[in-house]
Amino acid sequence: MKKSISLRGFSAYRRWSLLPSLEVSRLPDVIMFAAAIALFYGVVRVGRGWFGPFTPSVEISRSLHALPAYAGYSLLRITVAYVLSLAFTLVYGYVAAYNPRAERFMIPLLDVLQSIPVLSFLPGVMLAMVALFPGRQLGVELGAILLIFTGQVWNMAFSFYASLKSIPKDMREAATIYSFSGWQRFTQLELPFSAIGLVWNSMMSVAGGWFALMVCEMFVLGSRDFRLPGLGSYLQTAASAGDTTSILWGVATMIAVIVLLDQFIWRPVIAWAEKFKVEQVESADAPRSWVLNLVEHSTALARIRQKTLRPLSEGLRLHFARKNLRGHVEKPSSPWRDWTFRALGLLALLAIGYGVVRVAIILSGLQKAELQVAAFGLGATFLRVNLALLIGTLWTVPAGVAIGFNPKLARIAQPLAQIAASVPATALLPVILLVLIRMGGGLGIASIVVLLLGTQWYVLFNVIAGAMAIPTDLKECCSVFHVRGIQRWKTLILPGVFPYLVTGLVTASGGAWNASIVAEYFHFKGHIYTTTGLGAIISQATDSGNFDLLLAATMMMAATVVTINRLVWRKLYALAETRFRLET
Amino acid sequence: MVGLTDFSIEPGKIIALLGASGCGKSTLLRILSGLSKPSSGALFWHGKPLAEASPNVAIVFQSFALFPWLTVLENVEAPLEARGIPAVARRKRALRTLDTVGLDGFETAYPKELSGGMKQRVGFARALVVEPEVLFMDEPFSALDVLTAENLRGELLELWLNKKMPTSAIFIVTHNIEEAVMLADRIVVLGRNPARVRSDFNVRLSHPRDRKSGRFVELVDYIYKIMTEPDVEHALPDPESTGEIVVPPGGLKKAPVRTSRYQILPHARVGGVAGLLELLHDRGGREDLFRLSEELVMDIEDLLPILEACVLLGFACLKEGDVQLSPQGAAFADADIQQRKVLFRAAVLEHVTILKQIDSILKRKSDRSMNDEFFHDILDEHFSEEEVQRQLETAMNWGRYAEIFDYDRESGRLTQTELTPIEIAEENPSSAPAPKV
Repeated sequence: MKKSISLRGFSAYRRWSLLPSLEVSRLPDVIMFAAAIALFYGVVRVGRGWFGPFTPSVEISRSLHALPAYAGYSLLRITVAYVLSLAFTLVYGYVAAYNPRAERFMIPLLDVLQSIPVLSFLPGVMLAMVALFPGRQLGVELGAILLIFTGQVWNMAFSFYASLKSIPKDMREAATIYSFSGWQRFTQLELPFSAIGLVWNSMMSVAGGWFALMVCEMFVLGSRDFRLPGLGSYLQTAASAGDTTSILWGVATMIAVIVLLDQFIWRPVIAWAEKFKVEQVESADAPRSWVLNLVEHSTALARIRQKTLRPLSEGLRLHFARKNLRGHVEKPSSPWRDWTFRALGLLALLAIGYGVVRVAIILSGLQKAELQVAAFGLGATFLRVNLALLIGTLWTVPAGVAIGFNPKLARIAQPLAQIAASVPATALLPVILLVLIRMGGGLGIASIVVLLLGTQWYVLFNVIAGAMAIPTDLKECCSVFHVRGIQRWKTLILPGVFPYLVTGLVTASGGAWNASIVAEYFHFKGHIYTTTGLGAIISQATDSGNFDLLLAATMMMAATVVTINRLVWRKLYALAETRFRLET
Repeated sequence: MVGLTDFSIEPGKIIALLGASGCGKSTLLRILSGLSKPSSGALFWHGKPLAEASPNVAIVFQSFALFPWLTVLENVEAPLEARGIPAVARRKRALRTLDTVGLDGFETAYPKELSGGMKQRVGFARALVVEPEVLFMDEPFSALDVLTAENLRGELLELWLNKKMPTSAIFIVTHNIEEAVMLADRIVVLGRNPARVRSDFNVRLSHPRDRKSGRFVELVDYIYKIMTEPDVEHALPDPESTGEIVVPPGGLKKAPVRTSRYQILPHARVGGVAGLLELLHDRGGREDLFRLSEELVMDIEDLLPILEACVLLGFACLKEGDVQLSPQGAAFADADIQQRKVLFRAAVLEHVTILKQIDSILKRKSDRSMNDEFFHDILDEHFSEEEVQRQLETAMNWGRYAEIFDYDRESGRLTQTELTPIEIAEENPSSAPAPKV
């Protein structure tokens, strides 16, 4: 049912509410933040250390014949990054859910890493990878893949962790009493239970991945060209040259790729994942997919499954079952293990401490003027982000409610909004810039447009889901008592969509901060377009090789995002969970 | 929390564990089956400590605990897979068991396509397919409607009596007294506050057991008595039907009663209390508990809290398996909405400790209001966190109805209610001046 879509986003608060109660003491958060800073410092340091001369420039063709190949490359990078993310998610989430000691630091770490804007990692990661693999192509490709991975994985890991923790007690007990092996428990209980969450989070993560990938493909660092052949660089090259035909074809290809992905991968997977829904009665309005129907009804595929997959999975199952039956003795925790853990923990703390100290030294070395500019930029970006959010909300809320109240319209519009959300706004930046320059505007306005384009769709489809979820009897109540116009908005509509609106805004806000890094400072047609803002400072620092400023500015942005999350969004979520919740 | 010693499950018998909610019977089941570890004491399986032996037991759950993404057949095959049995053999055994429980033809269905009764049959099949030595059942029929439950119970008994079940012993936890007397060869009754054994006896009625027969009714009545009047000693009816009571070898010893107890509020709503009093008033003020529960189609678990609330407030009293309305109760049943509030308020302020405390504390404050955290802390000393929440919820419910205070959940603030002059007049008919009309 459409309801399942809305519940997906709304579970974001459930995630936060699952953070261990050690939250009350700020210490784990502080440690995690320090760890993340230290990590970032490490990455930057490596990049800087290996800053060697580097020449090759990439020739991006503008010919239409190159388009399919470029689309293919982009798709390949996304796929590899996703597979890596999934593997990491399964391991990280599993360990965090079942190991209480690990959980205490792994989850706050996720929370912090989720809030750091991905694009600020871009220079460091790219430089590091290139230095590791001096043979050009591999290094940059890995850099792009790693960056996409960084943007995708925290979200998915959290969702998997949250699902594992909410497995119903009686199902767990059934698995225990019937002596399920670890493998059987994983394949028959834990993974299926988490399937729906994983699928939806994968969709969102991959959308974020496209976003990051487009930026990577266009990436130029000072005089060094890290561009990769792909859709992003194609659009940028075409826009640089003012080649309208190529631009249009490029945009069309990008949209086509997203739509194909949606039809051939996401919709079938969502329809298939319906079987993992933990519900007692079959829902009337389950999502369908023609591709899935094709696959399920194909006899050839069924035969292949019979001959290969079945025997393979059967073999695995029996192997693990027998292994489990043999070794049933509980290993007492050996003192060696405890000491190794303690030693590792100590080492980690020392490393974090070292990193933090070095960062402090660097920061103190910065000039006051630079810091002032950075602070000013922070203010400017803050205003820009919120302005974009405001404009977005102003049109998406009425539109979303109108669509949501009309079921037929909603059925078409919601998938469209989801697709629009998947189209990376960053790829369109060169195009928008081109248009605006021709009209006489500058990056100031273009940046807001990009932020809008990248984020309003999240708000839109969440508001649509929210409007659809308002119960009919409340709507009928309003019409019986002649509650119309502004009063209806105040008493029914706005409170009703509030939780969904908050979910949409949180995603939009995070995305906007992230996008500002690219939207406020852009290489185009040989010029550097820039506007006041923290994103610009970050990009500028990257370009000029001022890694100290880069570190400081990134920290400022990360700290701001985390603070806003804690102060604003969490409070709003709490309100949404208590006062504005529709179920009893 | 359960405190007991020396309990054993003998082969060839069905043992029923009875008790109202919160007395720890599910916990006991989980300890006995090996799912949870007891905080003190040891468990033995055929003489060996439980941790070393791998006992062959199975559990049937109240909520079925089926995996929604597996078909019926796959659900039943799952425990066999865990035992390393290959596919062909698994399938054969699973199909055979499904046939035994009457689900032949439903192998490829998914749980969400099945009714509650069929889902529980799958639960049974899954439990029986491993041929467990002891079958544990945790309130297996409570989630089903009365007719389906009746049907399944009958089928279970049939399988057991005809030796079609590969199980040596059955241990069933339930809060349905008739069910226990219908099925069990031995009944253990647990009480709460404190958790202790109220009674432990064998049932020697022969199968098939007739619900309407004198002995059956006597037994049920006896159990009602011991569950509703915990402080009175009751004699077992007709020793021929039940056998020895006094701690059979391997039976539970009664734990000593704690002397000081903070009053515990029964989890009943004012509506339930009012409804029961009205019903009793209609019947002439007295009714047999068994008959009452039959007519209302309510289990002892649902009826007991309401009964306890009526007794606590002085509106009724329990005697020899009957409930008797008191004069205050009759007055309450007769009164209109406003008068009821006054009567309820009077009863609450006389009998309910926590509400008396709240009232006096609120009176003493200048702003007549207080945080709910304060009362939470008072209760925290006597109850677990979960129980404190429930006690507070009931107290808030009663207090608001009695117009002792207003409660704002968001801010967590209790504020004493301002009584209007009319209400003061009704409370103290002598002192207040007559309101001008």
